[in-house]
Amino acid sequence: MRLQFVLSEMAIGLRRNISMTVSVVLVTMVSLFFFGFGLLSNAQVDAMKDDWYGKVEVSIFLCPQNSEQANCASGEATQAQKDQLQSQLDSLKPLVQKVFFESKQEAYARFTEQFKDSVISQSVRPEQMPESFRVKLSDPKKYAVVASAFEGAPGVESVLDQRKLLQNLFSVLNGLTLASGAFAVAMTISALLLVATTVRLSAFSRRREIGIMRLVGASRWLIQLPFVLEAILATVLGAAIAVGVLLAGVHFGLTEFLSQKLLFIRFISTADVLRVAPWLFLTGLAISVIASMATMHRYVRV
Amino acid sequence: MITLHKVSKVYALGQRPALDDVTVDIERGEFVFVVGASGSGKSTMLRLVLKEEKATSGTVHVAGRDVAQLSSWKVPQLRRQIGAVFQDFRLLPNKTVAQNVAFALQVIGKPRHVVAQVVPETLQLVGLEGKENRLPHELSGGEQQRVAIARAFVNRPAILLADEPTGNLDPTTSIEIMRLLDRINRTGTTILMATHDDDIVDQLRKRVVELEDGRIVRDEPVGAYDARR
Repeated sequence: MRLQFVLSEMAIGLRRNISMTVSVVLVTMVSLFFFGFGLLSNAQVDAMKDDWYGKVEVSIFLCPQNSEQANCASGEATQAQKDQLQSQLDSLKPLVQKVFFESKQEAYARFTEQFKDSVISQSVRPEQMPESFRVKLSDPKKYAVVASAFEGAPGVESVLDQRKLLQNLFSVLNGLTLASGAFAVAMTISALLLVATTVRLSAFSRRREIGIMRLVGASRWLIQLPFVLEAILATVLGAAIAVGVLLAGVHFGLTEFLSQKLLFIRFISTADVLRVAPWLFLTGLAISVIASMATMHRYVRV
Repeated sequence: MITLHKVSKVYALGQRPALDDVTVDIERGEFVFVVGASGSGKSTMLRLVLKEEKATSGTVHVAGRDVAQLSSWKVPQLRRQIGAVFQDFRLLPNKTVAQNVAFALQVIGKPRHVVAQVVPETLQLVGLEGKENRLPHELSGGEQQRVAIARAFVNRPAILLADEPTGNLDPTTSIEIMRLLDRINRTGTTILMATHDDDIVDQLRKRVVELEDGRIVRDEPVGAYDARR
């Protein structure tokens, strides 16, 4: 009886207040979309860090012919210099986990493979490619040790930490995380206020009923439950749409599109969206329960 | 049933109290008129019984309980024992007669079969059989007040409070409403009715408590509207 009563009251409220309810759904959707977007871009950064920090290497490029670098004034790196570097690297174990010498031929093969669709690959010749030591570190953060040891050593043109290249990308993604976080906060505040306003309007349009309920001794929770449920329904619907949009975005934008183009990046998948979805629903639930209970408090005070 | 002991009520500091040191004791099954000019404190007295207001000082006992001691989540339990009727009926305009009466039972969680049985009984008691499916605006004032009385009485409360229930009705209709309240009183329900309808008070010959500026100036077991007439 009670449940049926509460549900029918809720339905009446929703019908009377449909435009406000729709706006609650939309605002919650946008708020939770940004929240989810922030969480997902964070997850993307983590996924790439996991994936790439394991793979990244420090590249010690050796002097090629006709380098403009001061350190390479004496011309192309000699075999003696290479042997010297190799033994220096060997002495740095265990920090240096693995050393791999990339010859001009190998560098050329990799280059043409990477840019096989581009016209550049037809204009380079193997002799132009630099030789390099690819050094894998047991702890990629200790890059500075290697850099200082080899920077300016005879026959070394430059030392490149591939992490540096990633850092730029990560800072862009972190910026996105922060920006969407800020949007999420602003939108969550507006969602809270909108839910409060909606509940107030809804309660006002049923102030007669509320007055009678209080008079005949209906319990507090029975009076406020229809309003709270109304708000919950709207925000949970908003959360569901937000999750749907994120799922669609990740599926069609990343899984089906970008990851086909950029094979070397590990992208987040819809599984990651499903992992953050409960948080979106919980946030939506919290918004509606907090805002509606706070608003109804005034109406159920005895 | 209802006991006010040295009750004062001050709404705003510095203002004249709405009730000033009022002591009154109403037994179970009594029918009591509270009379007096507008602003004499009649409505405040009823509101204190419902715990819609708190007494500034003194104690209010209703159905054996000190309402000041009642925690706010127990107030609904108190109100389930009290029916209330007002001058402006306070019906829900978009619900039918039967739905209005059923509403009072539904919101306190009465099971459906109880509602289905008690609502028609009560409507019959107040003389509204055949009008169950009318909307309030299709009824006369007297009929609307009958619906309000049915709603107040449907849960068989021990106490019925009536705040000028005949204030919006013509004399003939008022008499009919009073007959109905009298009938309800005979079932053992304590009735406390605030009014300034002198004809009715004089006709019914019940206990009269007169308030003037928040003080009880007269309390007669069988009284008239005016002091000696």
